[in-house]
Amino acid sequence: MATEPVFIGRPTDAELSDQLLSTAWRPWRRLGKIGFLVAIIGTLSLFSGITFTVMRGIGVWGNNIPVGWAFDIINFVWWVGIGHAGTFISAVLLLFEQKWRTSINRFAEAMTLFAILQAALFPVLHLGRPWFAYWIFPYPSTMGVWPQFKSALPWDAAAISTYFTVSLVFWYTGLIPDLATMRDRAPTRAKRFIYGIFALGFTGASSSYRHYRVVYGLLAGLSTPLVLSVHSIVSSDFAITLVPGWHSTIFPPFFVAGAIFSGFAMVLTLVIPVRSLFRLENVITKRHLDNLAKMVLVTSWVVTYSYILEFFMAWYSGDEYEIYQFFEARPFGPWAWIFWMMMICNSVIPQVFWSKKARNSLAVLWFVSLLVNVGMWAERFVIIVMGLQRDYLPSAWDVYVPTYVDWMIFLGTMGFFLLLFLLFLRFVPFVPLAEVKELKHELSHEEGH
Amino acid sequence: MRRTQQSGIVGAFDTPEAIIRAAHELRKSGYRRLEGYTPYPLLDLERAIGRGRSRIGFVVFPFAIAAAAGAYLVQWWTNGVDYPLNAGGRPAHAPPAFVPATFEMAVLFSALSACVILAIWSGLPALWQPIFEVPGFEQASVDKFFLAISDRDPAFDREATARKLTELGASRVEPLGVHPATDAELDERLERREGEES
Repeated sequence: MATEPVFIGRPTDAELSDQLLSTAWRPWRRLGKIGFLVAIIGTLSLFSGITFTVMRGIGVWGNNIPVGWAFDIINFVWWVGIGHAGTFISAVLLLFEQKWRTSINRFAEAMTLFAILQAALFPVLHLGRPWFAYWIFPYPSTMGVWPQFKSALPWDAAAISTYFTVSLVFWYTGLIPDLATMRDRAPTRAKRFIYGIFALGFTGASSSYRHYRVVYGLLAGLSTPLVLSVHSIVSSDFAITLVPGWHSTIFPPFFVAGAIFSGFAMVLTLVIPVRSLFRLENVITKRHLDNLAKMVLVTSWVVTYSYILEFFMAWYSGDEYEIYQFFEARPFGPWAWIFWMMMICNSVIPQVFWSKKARNSLAVLWFVSLLVNVGMWAERFVIIVMGLQRDYLPSAWDVYVPTYVDWMIFLGTMGFFLLLFLLFLRFVPFVPLAEVKELKHELSHEEGH
Repeated sequence: MRRTQQSGIVGAFDTPEAIIRAAHELRKSGYRRLEGYTPYPLLDLERAIGRGRSRIGFVVFPFAIAAAAGAYLVQWWTNGVDYPLNAGGRPAHAPPAFVPATFEMAVLFSALSACVILAIWSGLPALWQPIFEVPGFEQASVDKFFLAISDRDPAFDREATARKLTELGASRVEPLGVHPATDAELDERLERREGEES
């Protein structure tokens, strides 16, 4: 069966460098300016929401007993999950020597970094007094108390801070050879100076590359269990409690699958417009999009399987609260439409990717990827809000309603994410240049034999 | 630990195959202090200049173990000994609950130590290096392949080595380790390149 190539045409290394670096040199375009404007408005909304929350306390959110966790944790889990596909693409696919990952890995890693930043805001804000966030770390304080490591909260802090730091060094390590290229190709002295500092004086010496290759592989090897551990730990926030619909051993793999599912969808959402805008069809080919769509389909089935199993386990447990949660509260209780939206977006709609035609259509790919993101957000909502709304004590049941501050902060994180992402597209070669040249070299060798 | 070449002679090659072949030939003729500068990693070149597989993994491993042990000890001491708190009847020293943070710290410190060791072993950051003064070296990160031979190499001879590099297909041979270029010279170079490109 003939497959689409991962690389089209035979540009020389110099042409390729110029093509991939040009995104950082050329002047602002109108579309970029509009994008920045939207992103800045979103960012302002985020920081106004945060300021208001910190000034008044988290009473300005819709959270109230019994729903003590809501938008903050939904958004936290959703954003962390989006980050996971970035690590999956750059680390797991590297270990499996998947050549198609090369052109999109830096892109996906940047998505990871910026998504973790959004995610990390929420638990800190949810503290109510975010200026005491450092209490989570075990430092010898005058209070004479220590953090409680049997709680999932310090696990989260360890997981998220490690995930961010490791993702950052992985991303930066991959970036160094390209920063050196930017230093050497910079059109002005100021740019040469700035990129020169970030390139750290890298020369491409074989004695450096010898260690560099191993460190890059090592970071990939470390990131692979890390990405699995992070969402497993996040899922433990729920699984180690007793709330109906939460207390379940399936949660760690279920959350990891959902995370990778939403992350692949987010990569598609971002890569399709960028590829068209910057005319990168020769390095990000239909093969990449096709493979991403297949990954969405596979992870959609893992998530669907988990849904089925959750229902089965609720019924099989014979526990009346679990049965009520799954067979009444979720499909027919308040906010039931979000449950049905989750089912349609996550389990039904991705099935169009069985069709090659759908996987080849940019419009279908993009639209489905958006719906998957919506569906995964709905899943977090269903798990968190539905469980808390219908707890063990019917007299305490209530219905959760988010406030405008919740929406300002949630939509604001999208703006902030977009802002960081546009800055990344603007200043950094987002297709890894050295790696693409290396891939081209390898491919030409394979043809030669 | 600076591993880069300080002075000697540099040849520029146009293809990865040419530089790998040249490195092999030079090794065969007794040259030992060779260094390649390439736009992307070339495993064959590393082998040709006589560099084996990096041992960085072995150096990182103790950091991983130390971080895991340290993280576990902190949790054991704080929760098990110094400030035991009965949470849901679980034991004060609860090994399963201490696994997540222990694992995360092992990963964190492995990654950080790997990067720090990589920087130290590569002699980075070093914003200026003698090799940058070689005319045309900025192409080494784009599409040219540079092979440097140190003047401390037992087989080094300025004329003979230069001739040898040309014979092996170097499109240009330059001395390495001359005094640094001034800002004015750098600007001039930049302007010349802009002129060529436009």
